[in-house]
Amino acid sequence: MTLIGWAQVALALILVFLAAVPLGRYVAAVMQGGRSALSPVLGPVERGIYALCGVNPAHGMGWRGYVAALLVLNALHFLLLYAILRGQYYLPFNPQGFSGMSPRLAFNTAISFVTNTNWQAYAGESTLSHGAQMLGLTVHNFLSAATGIAAACAVSRAFAASRLRTLGNLWADVTRAMLYILMPLALVVASLLLAMGVPQTLAGSVDATTLEGAKQTIALGPVAFQEAIKLVGTNGGGFFNANSAHPFENPTALSNLLENWSLLILPFSMAVAFGRIVGDRRQGFALMWVMGSLLAVFAGLTYAAEAAGNPLLHALGVDAVAGNMEGKEVRFGVAASSLFAASATATSTGAVNAMHDSFTPLGGFVTLFLMQLGEVVPGGVGSGLYGILVFALLAVFVAGLMVGRTPEYLGKKVQAREIKLAMLAVLILPLCILGGTAMSLMTESGTGSLSNAGPHGLSQMLYAWTSATANNGSAFAGISADTDLLDWGLGVAMLLGRFAFLVPVLAIAGSLAAKPKLPPSAGTFPTHGPLFIGLLVGVILILGGLQFLPALSLGPLAEHFAMLAGKTF
Amino acid sequence: MNIISPVPATAQGQDGPGPAEAPLGFLSAIRPAVMLIAVFTALTGLAVPLGFVELGGAVLPTQAGGSLIERDGKVVGSSLIGQAFTGDKYFHGRLSATTDADPADSTKQVPAPYNAAASLASNMGATSKALVERVQGDIATAGPAPVPADAVTTSASGLDPHVTPGNALRQVARIAAARGMPDERVRALLAESTEGRLLGVIGEPRVNVLRLNIALDAVAR
Repeated sequence: MTLIGWAQVALALILVFLAAVPLGRYVAAVMQGGRSALSPVLGPVERGIYALCGVNPAHGMGWRGYVAALLVLNALHFLLLYAILRGQYYLPFNPQGFSGMSPRLAFNTAISFVTNTNWQAYAGESTLSHGAQMLGLTVHNFLSAATGIAAACAVSRAFAASRLRTLGNLWADVTRAMLYILMPLALVVASLLLAMGVPQTLAGSVDATTLEGAKQTIALGPVAFQEAIKLVGTNGGGFFNANSAHPFENPTALSNLLENWSLLILPFSMAVAFGRIVGDRRQGFALMWVMGSLLAVFAGLTYAAEAAGNPLLHALGVDAVAGNMEGKEVRFGVAASSLFAASATATSTGAVNAMHDSFTPLGGFVTLFLMQLGEVVPGGVGSGLYGILVFALLAVFVAGLMVGRTPEYLGKKVQAREIKLAMLAVLILPLCILGGTAMSLMTESGTGSLSNAGPHGLSQMLYAWTSATANNGSAFAGISADTDLLDWGLGVAMLLGRFAFLVPVLAIAGSLAAKPKLPPSAGTFPTHGPLFIGLLVGVILILGGLQFLPALSLGPLAEHFAMLAGKTF
Repeated sequence: MNIISPVPATAQGQDGPGPAEAPLGFLSAIRPAVMLIAVFTALTGLAVPLGFVELGGAVLPTQAGGSLIERDGKVVGSSLIGQAFTGDKYFHGRLSATTDADPADSTKQVPAPYNAAASLASNMGATSKALVERVQGDIATAGPAPVPADAVTTSASGLDPHVTPGNALRQVARIAAARGMPDERVRALLAESTEGRLLGVIGEPRVNVLRLNIALDAVAR
């Protein structure tokens, strides 16, 4: 660990926190239909879209109507993407002449991009045409992020006033999130990335003759724009197999800083926006403190683990100064790689600029644990906010049990129905992660997918199910993921992780919205102070983390002690 | 405590963001869903990316086209993408785990370092026997310990264009001997090619191997 390494981590996080406050204010304003600097340009486009759709943005939807619209949008979204992936051979912009994906792989990939997971059981540059990347993946990167923002705003509105019958209009929410938030941000980031060297061309590849006379085929493509939304929308699905480690996706240390900023900015902004929407800014900042402090601590732990390096290699005579460089790029080094890994697993991005599979056992532990917390510190675009609100309800419930008083959050009484639904939502994680891992490892197909032996093999399978269920999408990438078991199984896990979580949360929102908003009394537990922040951190760590500790002990922790004992597998 | 008190079933009074609730139904959602997907596919899937291709090609043609390097009118590589160097007269990059289809049997993959059409990492865990054995083999020919970590580890992309200055410095004597150049000359070129941290903080000190090797060739001419 070096001072400069810590400075790199601190700089990146500070830039995020500074920008999240004004951006969150903007997000709240535009999502509530307010005017902004972009309104003169985008207002007519927005109204045109409503006319085409035949919707009145002022017509609110009850929670059931909101869920119905959201599910229909996502179902069509899935069918279209599936068709594009299967039929890419017949679509334009296919200079390499790639043929369509197999049914199981197209199913897995389509679910993956619709749920904002971006698990990739294929290698982008050798599987997908430019047409499929642009028309399919890029579009769905946008729409899945917009769905998340819409749902988070709907849930936030439930706390805004007394006796609400509706949560907002899904069509208006998605349109505003697309036009005012995601597209402008993606355009800015894409322009900067392009200037830093990320290609944007329709050429398939270029053949170079190397200095030593060999032929090198260099895959190219329209990368810059897709790269921008991949990060801004916390999607994480790379144009290339190596994702943000590929020099064409992430050419310099500066582009890496920008990418790290991009993938963190909206989830934090959503917390600030929440405070604005509910009319009490301090509530948003309290959530931001919880998210920010946990992220900072875990990023620090990853850095400490990676900087310590691999003693098995040091024993052979490898210099320990640089830390664990297997699966890392020189231009990023250990500090920026560690921060990126923590950021991309603490959000549901799942982009990688270094290979998590080759991290030290404790570094890998942190990435797994961050996903298993439920993607709430700060989580995905929108999904992080509605996720942490579930934990906030559980936190006030726990506090209510301690003092024997009906818990309230932002003036809304939290009662049996809400807590049952909240538990239903959070139990999806252990069900799919632990159940899926256990089931896979009992099959020959499952163990045959592993590329590492010993505890690390268990970690690979645990990582796959964790990443899919938490809608993260990163991988211990040595695993062979394009099999019947994992394509179908992880596809279902991604679906449940997204919608079996989201639907109960919207049901909670509907139930809370209808309740009166009680004014705070002397007995009300304030949810903006340090006591609540501490309590919420505790609930997230205990509820999110404890259930996975046995599995983590058998995987990364066991591997850590094996490594210290000099054992290899 | 009062957790099971009934929730008011029919909430009265003030409405939400809109004046009235839209009719619930999956069927009525189909038109707006289809339209939204159509509009945003046209915008974010076609118009903007293609516009970016045009704009990039006009304003930043080098970057948009992959930062290609030409020498004598021929493309010799990209300044962002590493390439395989094996000869004594060139600086060597990092180990690369990329593969390519076996020419003899296309269902199999064989090692093909710096295959820029298929990026790939080793994905070996820290306790992998194969990793330890690989490093053991490479370190035998890597000179005196301690060996810089980037000299015996594979990169994440398999295409890392850089090595650390420490790694490059250990190769100077070999290159000087192979080219019949004085050590100082090679060392000076290396120093010129070494990039530091932006603003003293961002990034790591590094050397672009392809650029340095092109500079070496330029001296030789």
